[in-house]
Amino acid sequence: MFIEAWDYLAGHQAQFLAALWRHVALSASALAIAAAIAVPLGVRLADKGGGALVAINAANIGRTLPSLAVLALVMPIMGTGFAPSLFALTLLALPPILINTHTAIRQVDPDIVDAARGMGMTAFEIVRKVELPIALPVIFAGIRTAAVQVVSGAVLAAYIGGGGLGDFITAGIAMMALPQLLVGAIPATLLSLGTDAFFGWIQRALTPSGLRAP
Amino acid sequence: MKWLINHWEDVLIALGEHVAIALTALVIASVVSLAIGIWAAKDERVHRFALAVSGFLYTIPTLAFLALLIPVVGLGKTNAIICMVAFSLMILIRNVATGIREVPEEVTDAARGMGMRPAEVLFRVELPLALPVIVAGLRIAAVTVISVTVVGAYVNAGGLGTLIFSGMSNDFAPKIWTGAITACALAVVADLSLSRLESRLKARAV
Amino acid sequence: MIDLDALSKAFPGSPRLAVDRLTLSIPAGEVCVLIGPSGCGKTTTMRMINRMIEPDAGTIRVEGRNILHSDPVELRRSIGYVIQQVGLFPHWSIADNIATVPRLLGWEPTRTRARVDELLSLVGMEPAQYRQRFPRELSGGQKQRVGVARALAADPPVMLMDEPFGALDPITRTRLQAEFLRILRGLRKTIVFVTHDIDEAIKMGDRIAIMRDGRLVQYDTPEAILAQPADAFVDEFVGSDRALKRLALIPAADVVTAGAGVDDPGARVPADASARDALSAMLATGVDRVTLIDANGAAHGTITLAAMRVRLTARGDGSAIEPHPLSNT
Repeated sequence: MFIEAWDYLAGHQAQFLAALWRHVALSASALAIAAAIAVPLGVRLADKGGGALVAINAANIGRTLPSLAVLALVMPIMGTGFAPSLFALTLLALPPILINTHTAIRQVDPDIVDAARGMGMTAFEIVRKVELPIALPVIFAGIRTAAVQVVSGAVLAAYIGGGGLGDFITAGIAMMALPQLLVGAIPATLLSLGTDAFFGWIQRALTPSGLRAP
Repeated sequence: MKWLINHWEDVLIALGEHVAIALTALVIASVVSLAIGIWAAKDERVHRFALAVSGFLYTIPTLAFLALLIPVVGLGKTNAIICMVAFSLMILIRNVATGIREVPEEVTDAARGMGMRPAEVLFRVELPLALPVIVAGLRIAAVTVISVTVVGAYVNAGGLGTLIFSGMSNDFAPKIWTGAITACALAVVADLSLSRLESRLKARAV
Repeated sequence: MIDLDALSKAFPGSPRLAVDRLTLSIPAGEVCVLIGPSGCGKTTTMRMINRMIEPDAGTIRVEGRNILHSDPVELRRSIGYVIQQVGLFPHWSIADNIATVPRLLGWEPTRTRARVDELLSLVGMEPAQYRQRFPRELSGGQKQRVGVARALAADPPVMLMDEPFGALDPITRTRLQAEFLRILRGLRKTIVFVTHDIDEAIKMGDRIAIMRDGRLVQYDTPEAILAQPADAFVDEFVGSDRALKRLALIPAADVVTAGAGVDDPGARVPADASARDALSAMLATGVDRVTLIDANGAAHGTITLAAMRVRLTARGDGSAIEPHPLSNT
């Protein structure tokens, strides 16, 4: 079975690599955009109060929505292809990053912030020099979660023409062709595991040594 | 939503299937995770191992997992249920173990010191006090399971995903809308009800 | 009642024994206080009596029976257990908490309910008001009262108490110490009480066992230890004011000599005061004699500094004397 899959892969290298590249591009872009939006937003909301509640509640709801449902909802509006997939995946990546950023900043010990303000730091300096470094590990945990979710979601993007490794899987299931299926499923799994490991490594590297567990 | 009104029976059937599969998976996952979680709470090596394995399973993309199960169990509900149980293990085991470990030490010390047997301490003291954390895990597991079931339609497991896929292949938007929105609504309802349960339990066991 | 014989315990990673061949006998009905610096083995010793920690060597007998041969769970159901953080079950009402051991023993519900109410009254908490409350609604002092009630529920002959009042503020602690002594008066229990506070030990203990590095250093009544510390360590441990502590244990009425008394109204000491209170009055008024008065204000004799000195040296062996008719002992 695996040998057949390997043969299939060998015979469709260009197609595979294109799908892989598509998958990575889709995931990376969605993640980058989501992080670029959600981290600053999360920081802003954490220092505020009331308006934050609405956004955070929305994010909490967003986190529970089935990935495929979100992808499907985008289709009638935006059609199929790369852009709609990117849009949907970005939407999926926003909640974990936003919630984690918000929580992380809020959980910074208020005494530390108070000391910083008392020493004469401006609000911007407090965020940049005190709150963000301390909150970074948790923020990054959110990005890591989002990354895995996006790579997994990108597999489903095959359904709305996004391309990626999901194409092999859906084709394989539709035609009951096992080798093709495996060529999609195994690399997708490896990609997801690799992403998790990669971000985990960065997360550990980013934790300030003072905060690391002894 | 004319389509919905005309075909509400189909939607209801799909919804029913969806809930049935999800519940089955949740029950199985809960029983397994409870056993492993209790063991993990007491034994750190088991804890690490269980979390590593279940974490690994959780990272596998949904569709890939379902696909990889096809050579093993074929298509159908069983396929989807196995996938759902595998995904739910990590959060449930982790929360059972954490919930038990977070019971204050003096409470279990007092329980043992007064002459409760280990099983009595577990069922009368530790588990009741761990309940809020366990339910918090159940909440996440429930949402995960509902999400997987949507995709499970593609491997003939039934559920609301059938509406979505059917709508996609026929380019019939109302079906897609109905399936997707109902699935989202189901997820939100499950999350909110379990969230309320969690809050009530927390207030009781503080 | 409780006999420890060459009891020893070693913990992995530590070069010396946590408890080193401890031999100790506690008579029935007495409060034995285990005290010593951190790490002296007092809590370890206590926890070996109900086998929460298993001894490595030696024997423990309760009422003549070697407890190492009994089922630990059965043993614990017959020993009251009170710990510093109390450990009330947060998800159970006060009544359910107190009823724990009776229920484990299979008591009838009516008997259990009656016992719960009886115990709540005993610890000074109105049953109707507190029965259905939950631990989170109680103050620290109230929680520990319930803790004591819970330990007494099945009427065990032995009680183990590990710094039970240690987590409370000083005022509550003093109040609970007095209350607990009052409660004990009506019961016949053998108590092993662990503390690191020498004043608490003197107040609560019939006998004090001073421990250090796992070994027993001195085991005697508070008066005897204060009068004759076994070595320099004990001397330092009981405090440099041990003469004053001894005076606090001696009723003023025991030091009185016959006589009409002194005129100075400031130099008066009530009959239920201690010799230390008398000394304090002397220092405050600047004279070295005060008058003992009864509840009506009538004079019953004089207390002099010289008499106190005599009492402290002559009674160095800590033996009992006939109490003066007016003293409260």
